[in-house]
Amino acid sequence: MASGVKPRVKVPKSASAGEVITIKTLISHPMESGQRKDSDGNIIPRSIINRFTCDFNGQNVIDVTLEPAISTNPYIEFDATVPEAGEFKFTWYDDDGSVYEDAKAIEIA
Amino acid sequence: MKINKMLGTAVALTALAITMPAFADENAELVINGEIPIVTKTAAPAHLEGALDEIMSGWVFRSDETQAMEMDDFDNPAMLFVEEAMVAFETPMGSEGKSCADCHDGPESLANVRPTYPKWNDAKEQVYNIQMQVNDCLTERMGAEKEKYDSQLMKNYLALLASVARGTPVNVAIDGPAQPMWEKGKEMYYTRYGQLELSCASCHEQNYGNWIRADHLSQGQVNGFPVYRLKDTKLTSAQGRFKGCVRDTRAETFKPGSEEFLALELYVASRGNGLSVEGPSVRN
Repeated sequence: MASGVKPRVKVPKSASAGEVITIKTLISHPMESGQRKDSDGNIIPRSIINRFTCDFNGQNVIDVTLEPAISTNPYIEFDATVPEAGEFKFTWYDDDGSVYEDAKAIEIA
Repeated sequence: MKINKMLGTAVALTALAITMPAFADENAELVINGEIPIVTKTAAPAHLEGALDEIMSGWVFRSDETQAMEMDDFDNPAMLFVEEAMVAFETPMGSEGKSCADCHDGPESLANVRPTYPKWNDAKEQVYNIQMQVNDCLTERMGAEKEKYDSQLMKNYLALLASVARGTPVNVAIDGPAQPMWEKGKEMYYTRYGQLELSCASCHEQNYGNWIRADHLSQGQVNGFPVYRLKDTKLTSAQGRFKGCVRDTRAETFKPGSEEFLALELYVASRGNGLSVEGPSVRN
């Protein structure tokens, strides 16, 4: 069970129609790979974020599969075209079944 | 061509910027989040007369990518620790059931702490740095255990106090009762340590801007501390960095929290009087 998980997202507040914007996301998460052993020699169970998605007004923008080699606090930056005003919805899926969500509205200026 | 010569005058830099655009970023200005202007170069304080004319933040010596990471809180990994400290700030600790927020009206009310410490503590009759002050609060007001000098929580507090003071000029007092300690720090700064017989000044006063292995030597200013070092992926306090420096001279180092390093911290901080508090900063 991962503790202290907190998603963060940075999206511009407004854009012009059709503009390509840069979105930055970061989630604080230990990303325990499942390859390490503790001091007693027991394997520390894997606990990672295994999937990240971003949707805009219900349409998928990006869908990422994350693997155990990805470091603590995965940072994902990507570009998206904004056709209209709306809301970006971000979802992270944890190995333990937890789902973390965040959303950011964007206006057309 | 030595880079420190190029850093020397703005006139030379302007000329070079035309012929050698690769070095144009030596003139880069640091503005955090597009709203907090940071002074990264300014005239040296009076006590450095004859030693340095201009003082420069370590930020100036870093690569474009590292510089950029500090310009936006989202990209600055140290801000994660500031967030952790914000939570700790409001969490009651110890037998008194008090949190930092019970006495202090938000971290912003402590914006004058980072620029002025280490400073003389009248009641305790000695020079205090932020760690000592935090530990006094923990043990005397909150009834909590004191924190280790370089514990994660302690460094988180340092990062929080630095973050609310960003843009404020460092202004450490070197006269009055703190002066003997400052003199001691100054003597240390110019004392050669270790098998390599290096003083702080050998690198950070006489050779800043030059290469040391694959990196540029900075002036060793501490206005950006605590720093998030990319190679360590964690926060480092000023005294933690001193330890690394002294170790690199192949000497037995002093301990973070020792009187020697406190004196050195006071002296080195005073060398940056006039630069903005910039921490938590990003360095390689």
